Amino acid sequence: MSTPRKPSLSLGPIYYLWDGAKWRDFYFRIADEAPVAHVVLGETVCSKRQNFTEPHIADVVDRLEAAGKRVTLSSLAMVTLERESQHVRSLVFDSSHPIEANDLAALGLLRGTPHSIGPLVNVYNAATARVLAARGAENICLPPELPMRSICTLAAEMPDFSFEIFAFGRMPLAISARCAHARSKGLTKDNCQFICREEPDGLPLRTLDSQSFLVLNGVQTMSHSCVALVEELTEIASAGISRIRLSPQDCDMVAVVQIYDAVLSGRLDSGEALTRLAAIYPSTPFSNGFYHQEKGAAWVARARNATLGA
Amino acid sequence: MELICPAGTPAAFKEAVDAGADAVYCGFRDETNARNFPGLNFSREELGQSIVYAKARNVQTFVALNTFMRAGCESLWHKAADDAVRLGASALILADFGLMAYVAETYPQQRLHVSVQASASNREAIRFLVDAFGARRVVLPRILTVQDIARLTRQIDCEVEVFAFGGLCVMAEGRCSLSSYATGKSPNMNGVCSPASHVKYRQEGAEMTSELGDYTINRYGPGEAAGYPTLCKGRFSVGEESGYAFEDPVSLDVMDHLDALRDAGVSALKIEGRQRGKAYVAEVVATLKKSLTADASGRAALISRLRLMSEGQRTTSGAFEKRWR
Repeated sequence: MSTPRKPSLSLGPIYYLWDGAKWRDFYFRIADEAPVAHVVLGETVCSKRQNFTEPHIADVVDRLEAAGKRVTLSSLAMVTLERESQHVRSLVFDSSHPIEANDLAALGLLRGTPHSIGPLVNVYNAATARVLAARGAENICLPPELPMRSICTLAAEMPDFSFEIFAFGRMPLAISARCAHARSKGLTKDNCQFICREEPDGLPLRTLDSQSFLVLNGVQTMSHSCVALVEELTEIASAGISRIRLSPQDCDMVAVVQIYDAVLSGRLDSGEALTRLAAIYPSTPFSNGFYHQEKGAAWVARARNATLGA
Repeated sequence: MELICPAGTPAAFKEAVDAGADAVYCGFRDETNARNFPGLNFSREELGQSIVYAKARNVQTFVALNTFMRAGCESLWHKAADDAVRLGASALILADFGLMAYVAETYPQQRLHVSVQASASNREAIRFLVDAFGARRVVLPRILTVQDIARLTRQIDCEVEVFAFGGLCVMAEGRCSLSSYATGKSPNMNGVCSPASHVKYRQEGAEMTSELGDYTINRYGPGEAAGYPTLCKGRFSVGEESGYAFEDPVSLDVMDHLDALRDAGVSALKIEGRQRGKAYVAEVVATLKKSLTADASGRAALISRLRLMSEGQRTTSGAFEKRWR
């Protein structure tokens, strides 16, 4: 049996609303310093936010490509309005870059064009992955909910296909027509004043007993905990997974990418990596429960890292 | 508009047929459907007998196989589809592309409906499902306004079914892992949301606290009725405020929009509630059926009677009205 190839690193889209300049500078630094092969970018959560990043997309894409990164543009996760349908159409038909589909609209329009599937499309088995591959999908980032057993089965049934695993970041757990983020500040989705800008790392939602639980990110609800699949990387690589996705949080993502790169290259022990990650992204517990077929918020770790969970 | 009615048991199925349902939907007693609750659903034999009963009265039977196939265990879902077709189901309600492909290839004559769990919310999505799998009807996610629906029906070559009464998902259906984040069990994978196996009630002095897994979902003062801790209808703290951060414990009721939905080109109205008892199903079906043909004043009386069925719960028309957002 041959040794599995080292998976490559990919940076997922920023799910939060960041100011245009912050967004641009984040990617400039990624281009210059982060050992990541693939960058997926573009507004994914809320079509109202697109004006913030649109003026900077061309510059950011140029800078990333000049640095040798493969750029993919992310499509919207939820499409209900005519304006949103138009946006997906123009993304698919006018863009010279590959698209990552996050909704069925993009899936339909991308037939016959090489593309990627994002983690917000429900791919739970190889039968579905084969349907998508036959229509032109070349890479599928699996939903964070999938347990290791499903991941290994998918990879084994389609050994030549590129699967990607969501290995770092708060997990996208739900999306709604209603904006809980705006409502928490006395506003509605249609009159939101882009209030989600105030929380570039999500707005914490706690239980009545003050337990950390979720964060609100506009119409999206995310986990409060941050997935950290690090001790699992060897197993993931052995399963034949092609890409490891790191989802941007409001922390030093260049350092996060460097740590994952060092672990994958065998230069850094996973325990030490987790300790360093916890220092880079403090006050957010880690989780990996979905991977280990437990509740998603759970943290399954070797003894020395046991305190990094909730 | 057709009236599509829920049945969690053969008894409720029969009640729904007798009460005037145009179609009854149900599922097998396992994880292949999104109401995989203890004591609910149908064996093969029960489904076969129910279909015979319905057919004799010119009523259709839709079989929901609307969870996502677990990798490596696809045969469980394939077998369920084989049996539903063999027993004479009028339509299969599916969410998983892999299962849709299996049914479309193996049983090209079988009517295929797209479950709300597939989250097809726009014309391109529905055209994809029609082109790829020959979908004949799509159940729309509860994220569209009546105006959105009217625009959509003109753009697609596929029937549209919408939820009209009963439980309300706040999140886009089929795209929510909140339950499995807290408990490890999800609608998509296990056919359950906020499962009873993970619910606890804790009395502390005069206060009652409800929990799901390790998380507090709500707390009730003296005299306040404690509700079931469905995750997205709990009380939480955001910033300095505490309250229903996603949605109050309400149920869906779009009776005030019946004419608008018909004018919007909706083919069928769906009643949620396979977990409900047969008396509830019979009453809701009969009342709704009469409402569809009643004049304005007659309908108002029927609707107020129906609202008593929400068991004192407040109701909402949800995303059907834009201001809900």
